[in-house]
Amino acid sequence: MLENRKYVVIGFFCLIGVLYLARLFYLQVLDDNYSLGASKNSIKRVIEVPYRGQIYDRTGTKLLVDNTPVYDLYVTPKQVRISDTAAFCRLMNIARPDFDSIMGLAVNYSKVKPSLFMRRLSKEDFARIQDALVDYRGFSPKISSMRTYPSHTMATALGYVSEVSRKQLDEQEYPYYRQGDYIGHGGLEQQYEQELRGRRGVKFMMQNVHGVNKGSWKDGAYDTVAVAGQNLITGIDVDIQRFADSLMQHKVGAVIAIDPATGEILASVSGPTFDPEMLSTNSFSKSYSSLLRNPYLPLFNRPIMASYRPGSTFKLIQALLAQQDGTLSPHTVYGHAGSPMRCHCRGGQDLRGAIGNSCNPYFYQVFRRMIYNNAERNTFKASAIGLAKWHEGVEKFGIGQRLGVDLPSERLGNLPDVPYYDKMYGGANRWKFSYVSSLSIGEGELLVSPLKLANLAAAIANRGWFITPHYVRGFGRAGAGLPAEYTQRHETGIDRAYFLPVIDGMRRTMVNGSARSVNLSTIDLCGKTGTSQNAKFGHRYDHSVFVGFAPMNDPKIAIAVFVENAGWGSDVAAPIAALIAERYIHKRTISKHVANRMMNAYYLPPAESGSMYRKPAPRRSRTDSTHNGQPRRTDSIPTPKAVAPKPLMTNQPRPVQSAGLAGN
Amino acid sequence: MWFVVGLPPENYTLTTTNYKFVMPRSNDPFSQDIDLLTLVLYLGCVTMGWLNVYAAVYSPEDHTSLFDFSTNAGKQMMWIGTSAILIICIMVVNHKFFDSFAYLIYGFMILLLLLVLVAGANVKGSRSWFKIGSFLLQPAEFSKLATALALAKYIDQPGINLSKGKDLLYVCGIIALPCVLILASNETGSMLVFASFVIMLYREGLPGWIPAVGISVVVLFVLALMFPLLYIFIGVIVLLGLIVLLMPRYNRNVSNLISLGLVGVGMMVVVVGVDFFVNSVLQKHQRNRIKVLVDPTVDPLGVGWNVTQAKIAIGSGRLHGKGFLEGTQTKFDFVPEQSTDFIFCTIGEEHGFIGSAVVIALFLGLLARIIVLAEKQRSRFARVYGYCVAGVIFFHVMVNIGMTIGLMPVIGIPLPFFSYGGSSLWSFSILLFIFIKLDARRNALARW
Repeated sequence: MLENRKYVVIGFFCLIGVLYLARLFYLQVLDDNYSLGASKNSIKRVIEVPYRGQIYDRTGTKLLVDNTPVYDLYVTPKQVRISDTAAFCRLMNIARPDFDSIMGLAVNYSKVKPSLFMRRLSKEDFARIQDALVDYRGFSPKISSMRTYPSHTMATALGYVSEVSRKQLDEQEYPYYRQGDYIGHGGLEQQYEQELRGRRGVKFMMQNVHGVNKGSWKDGAYDTVAVAGQNLITGIDVDIQRFADSLMQHKVGAVIAIDPATGEILASVSGPTFDPEMLSTNSFSKSYSSLLRNPYLPLFNRPIMASYRPGSTFKLIQALLAQQDGTLSPHTVYGHAGSPMRCHCRGGQDLRGAIGNSCNPYFYQVFRRMIYNNAERNTFKASAIGLAKWHEGVEKFGIGQRLGVDLPSERLGNLPDVPYYDKMYGGANRWKFSYVSSLSIGEGELLVSPLKLANLAAAIANRGWFITPHYVRGFGRAGAGLPAEYTQRHETGIDRAYFLPVIDGMRRTMVNGSARSVNLSTIDLCGKTGTSQNAKFGHRYDHSVFVGFAPMNDPKIAIAVFVENAGWGSDVAAPIAALIAERYIHKRTISKHVANRMMNAYYLPPAESGSMYRKPAPRRSRTDSTHNGQPRRTDSIPTPKAVAPKPLMTNQPRPVQSAGLAGN
Repeated sequence: MWFVVGLPPENYTLTTTNYKFVMPRSNDPFSQDIDLLTLVLYLGCVTMGWLNVYAAVYSPEDHTSLFDFSTNAGKQMMWIGTSAILIICIMVVNHKFFDSFAYLIYGFMILLLLLVLVAGANVKGSRSWFKIGSFLLQPAEFSKLATALALAKYIDQPGINLSKGKDLLYVCGIIALPCVLILASNETGSMLVFASFVIMLYREGLPGWIPAVGISVVVLFVLALMFPLLYIFIGVIVLLGLIVLLMPRYNRNVSNLISLGLVGVGMMVVVVGVDFFVNSVLQKHQRNRIKVLVDPTVDPLGVGWNVTQAKIAIGSGRLHGKGFLEGTQTKFDFVPEQSTDFIFCTIGEEHGFIGSAVVIALFLGLLARIIVLAEKQRSRFARVYGYCVAGVIFFHVMVNIGMTIGLMPVIGIPLPFFSYGGSSLWSFSILLFIFIKLDARRNALARW
């Protein structure tokens, strides 16, 4: 019966239908390879980089670090219609061959995806071409930002922002950074990277087969919004910071000023310094390598990282410890006899006079009494016991350890202890006081950073305590989010009463002591000069050191100044410190003649052979008011050299292969 | 339109006396017994097709309108509207028109196929389109229904017996003529559709071994592509051995064994022939389309791309689909031809397995309904035509869906009622509604 064949036909239809349904069930329900393939295909993660936080001065009004909007110009070759290429090149200020090569690269990359055409157009440049761009289809600007430094100062303490390095990428615990991301390097940028960078946003975008964006996926249900970075409010006083910059020109060294009441760092200069903008522009790699090759090591953040012998400034700690120890009273008098050290004073003074005139034999005796102040009769054993006790006392001032300032790479310095000398002299009890007597005047194996000396000044100004020095006083506004360690007082273990004769002596330094030549009548500065031994180690001159605070009875500023290869502490370091203190207290410079003299003083060691830190070299003229043909300054207000406006698009624009939608 | 409401005419009585009363009414298009189920299935397919064409061209960026005439979705709506006009025309025309003019229509279509070879526009390498204004018309699409009418007309003659060689030869001739012309215009896909008439021929008495051999050859063909020749030879010998073993003892005579042996040799010849055909006769793009069937990596950026992307799109729909207009693969041009030949990808991606199953069920329902209706026809003409309609639709559905899920080679033929395109929608609507017209007439006649 042919009629029954309809069942065969319908059966065949159903057979195919069931077969297809089974296949579909396998493809759509059982096998998830295909759905994974789909999301790989068409859903792209687009990273939104938030604005990096800005860095403000102590008032929260002046910017140290700013973000300036810059415009990257992208080109989509397929949409480009240029009727007059020559006119376009003139507008863009590029040569025709350059234009052709950029376009060629862009076309090679993709005809439909935008490629970078020109990088980092300033707001002004962009405004100029913006109107004209309307006539040229296919060019679209994309706003991004660049670090700028309106105060042009504090380069090393701020650090810089640049692309994350291969090593950092490999070492990060949580894979946050990707190739090409920006990250803070050195200084505050590195220390507060977490706060400054904010949180990156992720947008899931749908893309078509050419990689062109087609709107957000699932209406952004899985997107995360980028959170802008937090602003940093620092304790820096821009005015004295820049003034200190100007004082430190032609010098190698460091200035660091602290507000003793809060531990906030008011100024932090590492000389010689450079304009931080150098590391922000397109010429980063060029600038960086030239800074790296500079014999004066401008990238070395001296206030935190340099280690100097404290010299005579260390006598302050000795005086305090000895009084606390009971081996010294303010009225104790020592002469020069019995000490191997030479001195430039007449001798026979009490504690105040000895500090004021920086009497070496006096502190030799003070230290000797302190070391041998125990029941041990054997001088070797007694020295070890005495030194251990002394070490304990000095440690409380933060010497020989990291203070905990909020910058990376703070150095330990060196505070020799008993095992140190045991090792040095090949065993226990093989050394005694006379071996280590240099410590009494801050020489020998002692090493401190300028920051630690400034902290010492703050501790003395506070008559017994200090707060760990720190740059940042808050996030977003002053005091907000400041870690507890930066509000907590650290006691030095010295009674308040013992500070008073020391402070008297420091005042005497200025009035009729070692720094009387630079006593400014405008402030009652207390200070201590020092001469960090250096000449002895092959250099022609010692380092000039000064530590002090002002005013005497209501300290507002504690300051430490190091100037390398500048000789006596009273020659250079003391006037610089005095000028900065005066400026901070009176908000202006009254002693202009001193300021002018210091600004023009030239103490850069000769830089031949780039080895000034190793070999002694003959020195040139020291103070020369018209050095390098620079006219003598008549105005004491420092005006940091204005950065010449960058010519429009001088740097070769180049398209970037990873531009636009870098997926991952 | 009472048939929609389902009420019989008020003056309806089942007597022979009102024959004269019924006859003139039968020309009134609004009072015919149109098969409601078929109509609903048709409307369902067309509506779903339109929405999916819209989904395929929809751009989430600028929220394309469903009625935007610059897009395929808007145009498809226009094609649906014009199809409605054509349907009304078919309903108005006297049913005898198709019977009487079948050969004329066939002849006219052959002429068009010849004309298109001379005057056709060259679209994507095939000269098979007439360009009328901005619209393209493909006569090959319409030649199917013309051939179906001609076949119905021929087989309707009394005494035609398809097991007779002569009648079969004529029938083959009717089928072969348009095939050759379509092949000449380089539209292999449309030509293959004519193979679907085998279903009708089988119903009308074609000896069963012919389609059986055909299917076996196709299966061997696929096997020959997938496995080395030696394996297939071994497989054939093992299969024949099993048949001999399972055969009742009394059937194991010499003549049966010889015929089995001949079948085996025939199978091997087919396999060797396939191997030779694929590697030596076919052109490169055709060979790739076939090879990709078994191995999509043959041509990963060409034909393999289509197959892989189609499978990714459908597979990513999972059970429930991504939701209407939420598909990403079909929308963003990963799947080529997504509103025409690969429209099923949109369904699979946005509506998932459930949606795909609904579409397949819809087609199966339509096909079964056509077969059931065809069997009810009084005239052989209408039955033959009905089977042709079912065959053509089935072939299109099988090949089109099969290629998107990797069970068929990529052959560019549309999914009936779903795919975007005026020619295809028109031709399928006419094809189906001529049958509905014939069926409605049957109902009208059944009444007396």
